[in-house]
Amino acid sequence: MAETSTETMVLNMGPQHPSTHGVLRLIVEVDGETIVRCQPDIGFLHTGIEKQFETHTWQQAVTDSDRMDYLSPLTNNLGYVLAVERLLEIQVPPRCEAIRVLFCELSRVSSHLVWLGTSALELGAQSIFFYCFQAREAILDMFEATAGVRMNPSYMRVGGLMYDIPPQLPGMVARFLEELPRWLADFRALLDGNPIFRERVVGVGVLGREQALAYGVTGPSLRAAGVAWDVRKAYPYSGYERYEFGVPTRTDGDVWARYEVRMAEMEESGKIIRQAMAGMPDGAWKTDDRKVALPPREELHRSMEALIHHFKLVAQGFNVPAGAVYQPVEGPRGEIGFYVVSDGGAHPYRVRVRPPSFYNTAVLTRLLEGRLLADAVAIIASLDMVMGEVDR
Amino acid sequence: MNPLLAALLRGLLAILCLLTAFAYTMVLERKVLGYFQLRWGPTKVGPWGMLQPLADAVKMVLKEDIRPAGIDRFIYALAPGISLFAALAIFAAVPIGPNAAVTDPPGGLLYVLALAALGVYGVSLGGWSSQSKYALLGSLRATAQMISYELAMGMAVLAVVVAAGTVSLTGVVQAQASIWFVLPEIVAFVIFLICATAEGNRAPFDLAEAESELVAGYHTEFTGLRFAMFVMAEYIDMIVLAVVGALLFLGGWRGPAPVPGFIWLLLKTGVLIFLQMWVRATFPRLRYDKLMDFGWKWLLPFAFLNLAGTAIIVALRG
Repeated sequence: MAETSTETMVLNMGPQHPSTHGVLRLIVEVDGETIVRCQPDIGFLHTGIEKQFETHTWQQAVTDSDRMDYLSPLTNNLGYVLAVERLLEIQVPPRCEAIRVLFCELSRVSSHLVWLGTSALELGAQSIFFYCFQAREAILDMFEATAGVRMNPSYMRVGGLMYDIPPQLPGMVARFLEELPRWLADFRALLDGNPIFRERVVGVGVLGREQALAYGVTGPSLRAAGVAWDVRKAYPYSGYERYEFGVPTRTDGDVWARYEVRMAEMEESGKIIRQAMAGMPDGAWKTDDRKVALPPREELHRSMEALIHHFKLVAQGFNVPAGAVYQPVEGPRGEIGFYVVSDGGAHPYRVRVRPPSFYNTAVLTRLLEGRLLADAVAIIASLDMVMGEVDR
Repeated sequence: MNPLLAALLRGLLAILCLLTAFAYTMVLERKVLGYFQLRWGPTKVGPWGMLQPLADAVKMVLKEDIRPAGIDRFIYALAPGISLFAALAIFAAVPIGPNAAVTDPPGGLLYVLALAALGVYGVSLGGWSSQSKYALLGSLRATAQMISYELAMGMAVLAVVVAAGTVSLTGVVQAQASIWFVLPEIVAFVIFLICATAEGNRAPFDLAEAESELVAGYHTEFTGLRFAMFVMAEYIDMIVLAVVGALLFLGGWRGPAPVPGFIWLLLKTGVLIFLQMWVRATFPRLRYDKLMDFGWKWLLPFAFLNLAGTAIIVALRG
């Protein structure tokens, strides 16, 4: 009888594959259904965003930051404008800070809802996907009411915001805060006690504390591995030190722990949104530094100085003192950092982004080895990478 | 009339009924899933989307028939046919009323089980012949899954056979004159439902075509009519197994008098089909190894114990 020869098979998952979160390509070597080796191949969504920053003025470049992590555009906005404001050494008024926090947390919830929906979809639970997107709709409506755009609002400005919040927003936020716990309870009812779901996620894709730190993993994936690291607590920005919220952590580091952390984070974000709304200060929503922020429209008809400022800001932008600064913020996926260099001109000299998804993708190689193909999609979904941010 | 011709006509009628049932089960599923998922389902073609199956059929026929390079042409062409044939042929021995079947052989149940098992050949050959890694993995999964669930299903059905004392489907329905088997054979009923879902490759047992892992599984490389044949086989399998389930456990066409028996059977089948759609809308997909564990370590022992228990009780009653 001839000896049975066994060999492994190389499987190309992606870039066109239903569960690669955009265009991630995984070169997977499988023995039957067990993954022997996995190599992520990135770069399919590279659009030169970092380079585009250099071609825009400091203010225009806000729109570039939106388009990296398109599921949480406003945290990207914030990271960039905070960096530029530090170079300019200007302060924004308290109302502006509160609105920025409000929208960052709304973005976090909206991004986590997409993560939950797509994760569930990838495990085969279709309906939750639709429920999540339904819940997210309320947040997108708020973006639309405030900035006029749902997808990439570019709502933040160096020195403030695009507009003040519209009068109907407090009502929308209140309704949303009322509905959010109900939605979360529904999701938990559908998933938590479901034996099939638990079997798919408990003990799967364990990312240890040391490994997570060694790979530079941040965000919920790191906190699920037992490290209570949150930029909002470690290096507070935009007044986060004034809010009361917890940093949920778990110690198991598996897909289940990451699920738990993100679900708890949505609740914590709800708390921050409530506080931001309740303590919303009155007053200006952008800096009164006329070298940075546009003058109010009415003044243009009366004041020559305002007209000149307006013309200068629109036609050529403002200059930023030479220097370099690194500003991290806590995005839904982890620490998203902007290293911004100025040569004193009206355009950024260089903007380098530290995208959390990039580091979270790198760890895939380790997590997938020895797991089943079906676990691969669960693990990929649990790391919640956005390829727009990885490739930039 | 010539008995052969009569049988042929009955067969044609049965196929037409099944194809219509397939078309509307599909619309129903899309509607039901739609309502579960906060959306409408098909609404554009005809009133309430009721002409959607026609539009789908036209689309499928007009699609370009793509065959990948390097395939085994004969088997590739044969596979969807095997699946569809097996699904359609089961119905030949399934009575839908007293004396209302294409043919009602005394060993009808055995025939049903045999043909239900045949369908897996279409799936495994289809995946194997299409020269694609995803399709290959899908067909491997399907083969392993169907074989393991076949056994438990056979055991569950056997318990009913023992309780009824006959392998004729009409006989089984007649044996339920006093009480439907769903009550004394509740274990067998649950096992049958689970296995029927797995046999039909439906969520949460749809590993063979798990779209998030294997793209489309065994029918990844099939297009147009060949693809449609696989889909038809899947739905017709589901319908026929639901009818068989209604016959075996829910008293078939039995029900209070004013409503004709045929309507009762339709209702019971509808309930079983709706149950499968509900499950699909709710549950995540099982993982391959857990699925095998579940089949061998839970379903099969329970089905066996249930069969042994039924046999002992029947023997004691003499």
